[in-house]
Amino acid sequence: MADFPGVRLHIVTGKGGTGKTTVAAALALALAGGGGKVLLVEVEGRQSFSQLFDTPPLPYEERRVAVAPGGGDVFVLSVDPEDALLDYLHMFYKLSPSGVGARTLRRMGAIEFATTIAPGLRDVLLTGKVKEAVVRKGGGTTGPRASRPGEHVYDAVVLDAPPTGRIARFLNISSEIGGLAKVGPLKTQSDGVMAVFRSSTTAVHLVTLLEEMPVQETIDGAAELEQVGLPVGAVVVNAVRPSLLSPIALRDAEQGTLDRSAVVAGLEKAGLDAPDALVTSLLAEATDHATRMALEERGRDALAALERPSYELPLLTDAADLSGLYELAALLGEQGIA
Amino acid sequence: MSPRVPSVPPVLDVDTVLDTAKILVCTGSGGVGKTTTAASLALRAAERGRRTVVLTIDPARRLAQSMGLSELDNTPRRVEGVDRSRGGSLDAMMLDMKRTFDEIVLTHAEPAKAEAILSNPFYQALSSSFAGTQEYMAMEKLGQLQASGDYDLVVVDTPPTRSALDFLDAPERLTTFLDGRMVRILLTPAKAGGRAYLKVLSGSIALFTNVITRIIGAQVLQDVSQFIAALETMFGGFRERAQGTYDLLKAPGTAFVVVAAPERDALREAAYFVERLAEESMPLAGLVVNRVHRSGGAGLTAERSLAAAQSLDESGGHELAAAVLRLHADRVALSARERRLQERFSGAHPQVPVVEVAAQPGDVHDLDGLRSVGADLAGGAAAAVPA
Repeated sequence: MADFPGVRLHIVTGKGGTGKTTVAAALALALAGGGGKVLLVEVEGRQSFSQLFDTPPLPYEERRVAVAPGGGDVFVLSVDPEDALLDYLHMFYKLSPSGVGARTLRRMGAIEFATTIAPGLRDVLLTGKVKEAVVRKGGGTTGPRASRPGEHVYDAVVLDAPPTGRIARFLNISSEIGGLAKVGPLKTQSDGVMAVFRSSTTAVHLVTLLEEMPVQETIDGAAELEQVGLPVGAVVVNAVRPSLLSPIALRDAEQGTLDRSAVVAGLEKAGLDAPDALVTSLLAEATDHATRMALEERGRDALAALERPSYELPLLTDAADLSGLYELAALLGEQGIA
Repeated sequence: MSPRVPSVPPVLDVDTVLDTAKILVCTGSGGVGKTTTAASLALRAAERGRRTVVLTIDPARRLAQSMGLSELDNTPRRVEGVDRSRGGSLDAMMLDMKRTFDEIVLTHAEPAKAEAILSNPFYQALSSSFAGTQEYMAMEKLGQLQASGDYDLVVVDTPPTRSALDFLDAPERLTTFLDGRMVRILLTPAKAGGRAYLKVLSGSIALFTNVITRIIGAQVLQDVSQFIAALETMFGGFRERAQGTYDLLKAPGTAFVVVAAPERDALREAAYFVERLAEESMPLAGLVVNRVHRSGGAGLTAERSLAAAQSLDESGGHELAAAVLRLHADRVALSARERRLQERFSGAHPQVPVVEVAAQPGDVHDLDGLRSVGADLAGGAAAAVPA
């Protein structure tokens, strides 16, 4: 049984370097497994998904990039604020994206202006597009159509969101906009987005490594999200390395009391030379490993205090490629996230 | 079977940089240990006898505490526990970008105008969250610290931007923005006097203003106009300052240190940055590769180590030795992978000096930890084997 049954919007955040983008992509694959339609959205214009899924750079358009195990589809949308604004104008004001009005806006640098002067506006446009995809029914002019008329086009939307340090501010757009616009179209739009974000159909997942700073940032991020009323979902611990030492050996290694003679005997038994320098460096490596494992264990304990569902993903030997992505998706599925 | 000789990059001589530079900018992508590197370099410079200040943007709490920084107050604070026997000292400060921005406004505008700017909701949004404000303010503060004459060396830790390049562009982006056509248009109503402005605007601009009003609402547009009008008096000042900072970064005495981890993405980002610095004729001191895993038992290859572990598993009875051999094999493989990634970087940028810093099992959070990273940073030159 999936841990997030009613959730249709999965927002994935994490400290820089924790692999949140890879986790977001794997989560989309996991959610699409068995015949679903999932939209994966990026908002930082990095084209990370075209690299991950090995496709040419993606335009501002919902494109199918992968087929999930069991027949589901993953679509990707790379949202850019300028296109999102034109889209918004088209939807609400019937301003054609190729018409004279839109051209004038582009020429004047109006879009850059508007999104610069009010960074909150930029976030409203980006998140507004995400919300639109979550609630869309039937089908639009581009992208896929719902399986049946009147139903949601996407079974789930996964957002690769900005890093943990900025996530609460990015999602809490109504407070950003509230200071600038008390009434008017902008306010209405941001309230609509906020209502979806705060609802029980949204979950914000935090990706972390078992290192001190990412763990601390995860804990701080979760607290910030809760403070602004956004639903914290799961903690995904990425790049976990298994311990190769037994619990007793770990303890001894950490204290530097590993049985040197046993290691020497083992090396000799295996037909290796066991010069002092080699044994010393092997023992030092074991101590390093044990120190790291102990720190990781403390990180796990700290994360457990968040009392959120938690999943662990292994460190992939080679930087994530497509088959690695499927492997991570399967692991997320097995652990119950989808 | 490998005929290609891996390029061996020159070694970054950190101590020479620390003894001679006036400004040291640490840059690199997020999560590579940039802040720790900046703090370690600053501490080492101070203990080598230079009056040093380190400007950090968003330090981890415990690192900040280790340097005695408990609050974000935009003022350099003396770091205690530094060896001052060679006449140096270390100050540290955390950037408060809004306060730095406020100070610029107060310096450049008459009191009444300054008041109007500071209380405008758009100024508040711009000064606290405009993408680039943090970078711009870091550069501004750098200029101020350097000009104060209190320091021989200013070490700056650049903001944790998505891309390491953002901070180079930020000052220009802000001035381009303030100088832009849109801003000019929005200034028109203020100049033409109230709402009569639509008459003096051309058709397309009227259409445009109309569209903008529909999107953001009339009240918001008016706030923007007022804000821009108030800011206008400061345009000259802004441009001048941004240009000054840019020039300072190119001046003799400035050195950039690019920080990376031995990982694909971080090194790719480092490569972009190295190229960009070259384009801008900005002085690159070299690359710091942080968190490098070394393996002492270099004589024992991963393959032999694994094979030995397997034979022990089969014969039974030597679990500890087998586990230690497996750990070693992992470590050697990791170390080899990191080396390949670094070689790829150095192959493309053979002239860039490099120094490695060993991975620590835990994070650094006291002066001793910083000192030991500093020694590791400087050790590269000492340990270098003459070619």
